[in-house]
Amino acid sequence: MRFVDEFRDPALAKTLVTEIEAISARLERGRDRPFAIMEVCGGHTHAIFRYGLEGLLPDLVEFVHGPGCPVCVLPMGRVDDCVAIAERDEVIFATFGDAMRVPGSKKSLLQAKAEGADVRMVYSPLDALTLAKRNPGRQVVFFGLGFETTMPSTALTVLRAAREGVQNFSLFCNHITIIPTLRALLSQADFGIDGFIGPGHVSMVIGTEPYRFIADEFAKPLVVAGFEPIDLLQSLLMVLRQIEAGEARIENQYARVVPTQGNPAALKAVHEVYEPRPTFEWRGLGSIAGSGVCLRAPYAAFDAEKRFSVPDVKVADPAQCRCGAVLTGAAKPWACPEFGTGCTPETPLGALMVSSEGACAAYYQYGGLRGEAA
Amino acid sequence: MNPPFPIPARRTFTAKTVTLAHGGGGSAMRDLIDDVFLSAFSGAGRAAPEDQARFDLAALAARGDRLAFTTDSFVVDPLVFPGGDIGKLAVCGTVNDLAVGGAVPVALSCAVIIEEGLAVELLRRVVGSMAQTARAAGVSISTGDTKVVARGACDKLFITTTGIGVVRAGLDVGIAKARPGDVLLVNGLLGDHGAAILNARGDLALDTTIESDCAPLNGLIDTLIAAAPGIRMMRDATRGGVAAVVNELAEASAVGVRLSELAMPMRPEVQGFCEILGLDPLYLANEGKILAVVPANEADQALAALRAHPLGREAAAIGTVTAERPGRVTMETRFGGERIVDMLVGDQLPRIC
Repeated sequence: MRFVDEFRDPALAKTLVTEIEAISARLERGRDRPFAIMEVCGGHTHAIFRYGLEGLLPDLVEFVHGPGCPVCVLPMGRVDDCVAIAERDEVIFATFGDAMRVPGSKKSLLQAKAEGADVRMVYSPLDALTLAKRNPGRQVVFFGLGFETTMPSTALTVLRAAREGVQNFSLFCNHITIIPTLRALLSQADFGIDGFIGPGHVSMVIGTEPYRFIADEFAKPLVVAGFEPIDLLQSLLMVLRQIEAGEARIENQYARVVPTQGNPAALKAVHEVYEPRPTFEWRGLGSIAGSGVCLRAPYAAFDAEKRFSVPDVKVADPAQCRCGAVLTGAAKPWACPEFGTGCTPETPLGALMVSSEGACAAYYQYGGLRGEAA
Repeated sequence: MNPPFPIPARRTFTAKTVTLAHGGGGSAMRDLIDDVFLSAFSGAGRAAPEDQARFDLAALAARGDRLAFTTDSFVVDPLVFPGGDIGKLAVCGTVNDLAVGGAVPVALSCAVIIEEGLAVELLRRVVGSMAQTARAAGVSISTGDTKVVARGACDKLFITTTGIGVVRAGLDVGIAKARPGDVLLVNGLLGDHGAAILNARGDLALDTTIESDCAPLNGLIDTLIAAAPGIRMMRDATRGGVAAVVNELAEASAVGVRLSELAMPMRPEVQGFCEILGLDPLYLANEGKILAVVPANEADQALAALRAHPLGREAAAIGTVTAERPGRVTMETRFGGERIVDMLVGDQLPRIC
């Protein structure tokens, strides 16, 4: 397949792995623990497991799977709010597919649907707007979820709904933004990450400038990466080269997609429609200041939280979950006592078992071959 | 003396849509069964309308030494899709379930549940394709049942087919019979049916020409068994795809299976479809593909026999059975990485980003 096979070329992968091995052999002297490189984005986590990249790397280099899976970090209380909205008689609740299975404290959207709620899987927020126009007697609510990657599409949908005067469409906004969360992680005293693989799709929207503080204030390298295995190996090599040279810079491996300044049109729509919330809760990490957005006052009419009263109950993560430690690289998934026993993809206890992009689900499904051997 | 009352040999069914009256047990139902089903299924000779089909035991016993018996229900949406319809699917599914057990399929039943309001023309099309597929597979549709339910009580049309077949004497294939060193074969391109159905639902608005691979495989399996008499196991890779079958095999046989990503035969369109939606083609359903495990010394001739058959031109060896990691399926990725291939919990759901 053109434009895909090139980025999965075995010969090129071998060359990159050889270089990574060489650099890690040079770095090995005087080192008592592996270099921990965090891939922030859930899409990267998925790709690392799908292509078996961990098994190709020398022992001195390991991936730590970061908090960039929007489905995983959604708090249970918000899922309960979704279910409460979806179960109203007048509501058609439209959502992306992989949000259907996320467990709330009582049920998931999939269970609510089975019990009679009108929940529809859509592929774009614009499909939800079309649903609203076709069903003028119903209230259509779109479950807005994700980082800056999906924000422009929901923002543009709200703008179109406003322009066209669609009265029966609203957005249940759970959009989150990665920068404050990275800052919160980096500010933790025991945060043992040596460098970052930066998110590709988010950066396509926000550009590479917002990451500058990671290099300037925290002296860690970050390389924005694409999602193919060659992209990831090359980005890892770029991070290691910075470490070897004693540098900390923001680099862009994914320049074929990510412009330095991001996408101005997308950012304009996002800023027009959304403003930061004081705080937003992340499953596994707790409340983080400025890490969520909500609709600005001029678009309040499209805010499902204002249109429908939601329970808005905080549900604590199960005490035995070690998701927070896994997210910060302090523990491996299989070190959690619930991993694979109390917590499985069928009955996830913790955030990271929820979506195939979550680190624990990825280990469970695609194999911590390293973990099994350990 | 009264004049003889003429009874028509067959009554023509003229309604445009099926109504609850056609399930009521009266003449409306008899007309539906007679004109839509029996005329399509019974061919030239029509047996008296008994409540059961009857088979001559001696004739069956002459073809093998065990009876195979299987059933499957079909609820696909949409009813008609590129490459087939629910009728073709209902015959192929049960024929293939018999054939992968080493049986020669003999006869099927056909039970339908119809939602009132279904267009009779559509029903005729589906029944016609059942009849045509059964003829192509060399099986008869020998008994059946029709129910009509109120709107909303089922989705347009559900079909259940049950089949019997005769297992060849001396042949004993099974999911627990794989041994280290054996080779895993597939008869062609993977994922076509799953991709075609997802695409035919229309909400993806992708412009592709992927067709379902839906086909009866008993003929292909005849040639395979002739070429590889030591064959261990066959399964059709339907729901859950290749990944589900191989995991069942690894568990039941207490062996490891190592797949090769590079060896998986797949259409570029299906690969592209999966890339766009974030789906894994190993989990997509097939309706015309078998996985077969053969001993290593019969692998070449088995592969050659598959490739010589019209339904096996793209056949490939996709993996080997190992003694390591019993119960586990691993896959060598295209550049030498390794990952575990597990079963899915539920359906594959497209990812957000």
